[in-house]
Amino acid sequence: MTVPVRKFDAVIVGAGGAGLRAALQLSEAGLKTAVLSKVFPTRSHTVAAQGGVSASLGNSEPDHWHWHMYDTVKGSDWLGDQDAIEFMCREAPNVVVELEHFGMPFDRNADGTIYQRPFGGHMSNFGEKPVRRACAAADRTGHAMLHALYQRNVRANTQFFVEWMALDLVRDEQGNVQGVVAMEMETSDIYVFQAKATLFATGGAGRIFASSTNAFINTGDGLGMAARAGIPLEDMEFWQFHPTGVAGAGVLITEGVRGEGGILRNSNGERFMERYAPNAKDLASRDVVSRAMVTEINEGRGCGPNKDHVLLDITHLDPEVIKSKLPGIREISIKFAGVDPIKAPIPVVPTCHYQMGGIPTNYKGEVVVNDQIVSGFYAAGEVACASVHGANRLGTNSLLDLLVFGKSSGNSMIDFIKHAPKDLPVLNTADVERSVARVDELNQRSSGVEVNDARLAMQATMQKHCGVFRFKDMLKEGAEKILEVEKQVANIVIADKSKTFNTARLEALELQNLIEVAKATMISAEARTESRGAHVRDDAEDTPERPNGRDDQNWLKHTLWHREGNQLKYKPVTMKPLTVDTIALKTRSY
Amino acid sequence: MTTRTIKFSIYRFDPEKDAKPYMKDYTVELDATEHKLLDALVKLKVLDDSVSFRRSCREGVCGSDAMNINGKNGLACVTDVDSLKQPIQIRPLPGLPVIRDLIVDMTQFFKQYHSIKPYVQNDTPAPDRERLQSQEDRKELDGLYECILCACCSTSCPSFWWNPDKFVGPAGLLAAYRFIADTRDTATNERLDNLEDPYRLFRCHTIMNCVDVCPKDLNPTKAIGKIKDLMVKRIA
Repeated sequence: MTVPVRKFDAVIVGAGGAGLRAALQLSEAGLKTAVLSKVFPTRSHTVAAQGGVSASLGNSEPDHWHWHMYDTVKGSDWLGDQDAIEFMCREAPNVVVELEHFGMPFDRNADGTIYQRPFGGHMSNFGEKPVRRACAAADRTGHAMLHALYQRNVRANTQFFVEWMALDLVRDEQGNVQGVVAMEMETSDIYVFQAKATLFATGGAGRIFASSTNAFINTGDGLGMAARAGIPLEDMEFWQFHPTGVAGAGVLITEGVRGEGGILRNSNGERFMERYAPNAKDLASRDVVSRAMVTEINEGRGCGPNKDHVLLDITHLDPEVIKSKLPGIREISIKFAGVDPIKAPIPVVPTCHYQMGGIPTNYKGEVVVNDQIVSGFYAAGEVACASVHGANRLGTNSLLDLLVFGKSSGNSMIDFIKHAPKDLPVLNTADVERSVARVDELNQRSSGVEVNDARLAMQATMQKHCGVFRFKDMLKEGAEKILEVEKQVANIVIADKSKTFNTARLEALELQNLIEVAKATMISAEARTESRGAHVRDDAEDTPERPNGRDDQNWLKHTLWHREGNQLKYKPVTMKPLTVDTIALKTRSY
Repeated sequence: MTTRTIKFSIYRFDPEKDAKPYMKDYTVELDATEHKLLDALVKLKVLDDSVSFRRSCREGVCGSDAMNINGKNGLACVTDVDSLKQPIQIRPLPGLPVIRDLIVDMTQFFKQYHSIKPYVQNDTPAPDRERLQSQEDRKELDGLYECILCACCSTSCPSFWWNPDKFVGPAGLLAAYRFIADTRDTATNERLDNLEDPYRLFRCHTIMNCVDVCPKDLNPTKAIGKIKDLMVKRIA
């Protein structure tokens, strides 16, 4: 069959914060740009971000991008690339002010400047004491930001393809990226979107876990497409478990609650974080807080009839502060925990939240494999690994990442398109045919494994074998199990073969992406025999040479998982920033 | 809450095989941990993978899973399933063309949203830092900017059913006032001109269905009233 081809200067897959920020650059530069999204742009998962976006504006007290950089490097447990981190932290005030100019309804200080609140791991003067760096719109920062960016794109006449799912990347024989194959969800029609430059801004894949704060749509589509096209995935063993998901429901409760004065308590009513992080306490880095919570629960100090969660207490805060600064949290708490936080504490438990790894890029958003730029291919946001978050992301750096790298990748694409030949090259139809065949196979298979069964098997395996604390034997077993699940996924069947808005087929295609992420995660995690940031395992002991089990001598390097043969390769961490001195390795404590 | 059985009657329509829509009965077993209508629909889809609906964040912020639940528009993900009279009647949002089952074509809804120029317009040069805004002025945006564009309001509004092409509808007008109320926006006059029309604004007859159904507890009728006040003041 011949697949129709639509031609553009640029194609952006994903219309969350990163995709929209990039789209704005390209549209305003007058380039013919197509933005594909599985959902209407304002339904992208950026909408669920709550607490804030970080920038050293210093609106309430002195702050500096260099301190922000220090915190980010420390938060990353030194796995973050220091050039990219410097770039992000320096750019932060610019992109946040720009967002305000776009109409973002930030909360305000008495002097009319943007309101900033404290957040986990945000410190002044190189780790000294907490600083107000998180710029917030109540506890709906992501919602306000996503809508402001969408609105600005409406102004810029950006061309959206709403409810289109990208299926596969198209690369020519030299590996240069030529665009994507995509399906219109309403009709199941398949098209090629050919472009000079292609950006993946497809977000994360938190749905590989059984318990996740992530939306249903967070199925790692960009990662699946990249992996199938031979692009390795970087640092996929590092997943952030957010300390405060609503117990049972998994819905996120922002760290901003602790920023506003919230306290975590165990069954004795004790503020246990004082023991784990004497300085930062409840505002220690997320990995540190999550481990402390699980330790409390494992040692029998959990709350509730099953002693399976802890409590987030804000009953001591002024109800007016809760109503004005944390209205969304109050709403979520009432709806999903049945608790009004003004009157009673919220039951919370660490919940899978964010993927630190992703498609390897530099700070310009260019995809880099084997030290070579993959021509025409860009990635930004959660799908990308620049790497600014390293082994653990600081709260509010995700929204910042979207703005900074959405913009920088947009600029890189503009530059690339300007220098590219005017006419698009001949399309490599082999990749297109492979993609169409993958869909055909699903349409034709009449018996096999139910999509739901395979997905549950994957999620249960990830949850059990690759959680907050990891164990050598469990990881080994998990790696074997996930390869078994992969065989099930290879044989999934859908009953509904119709063409009109077939969500059964979409879920099957999403599972084919998720399984790539699950494999990458489990196999990378099993291999990394140290503890660093969010990856903590029982056999990496805390010794003077290896504080907290971190083994810089052997493991100060990025993992690169290749789908072909599940091969692992490694590359060094960039320790040299752009202009300042290296932030030297240090034991991490809060 | 323990395990229980929930009965549904769901609107079904697949244009490829159905000459017309029909209601189909379903029974779903829910676990103790499943409380929301969306939990039940997701489970139902495991039994019959052809049942089609949109969903994403499952926490009431993305606005995907708006539908008509026992005759009233709402979001499936924040609706307690046990509070609903059974069999639970689920239909697509009223007044919009149905693509399939509970999935409606929202083109007209977004067209109206876009028609109010939903972005801050400011013709003064942007300063190096943020534009200052007092806390009081910022407070004017509360109850306006939180809209999630789920369309529960506009598709519960008789005026929108009758004139979806001419009446902006509660969601679009709420957004219009969000920008009028923003001290950083300098286009109030143009915005009022844009709405000075027998249909675009004045088809609102304060029926207040929009207020009744908004899952975010917003009040489009009040915002519309404020726009009408500004219109009157402008003439005076």
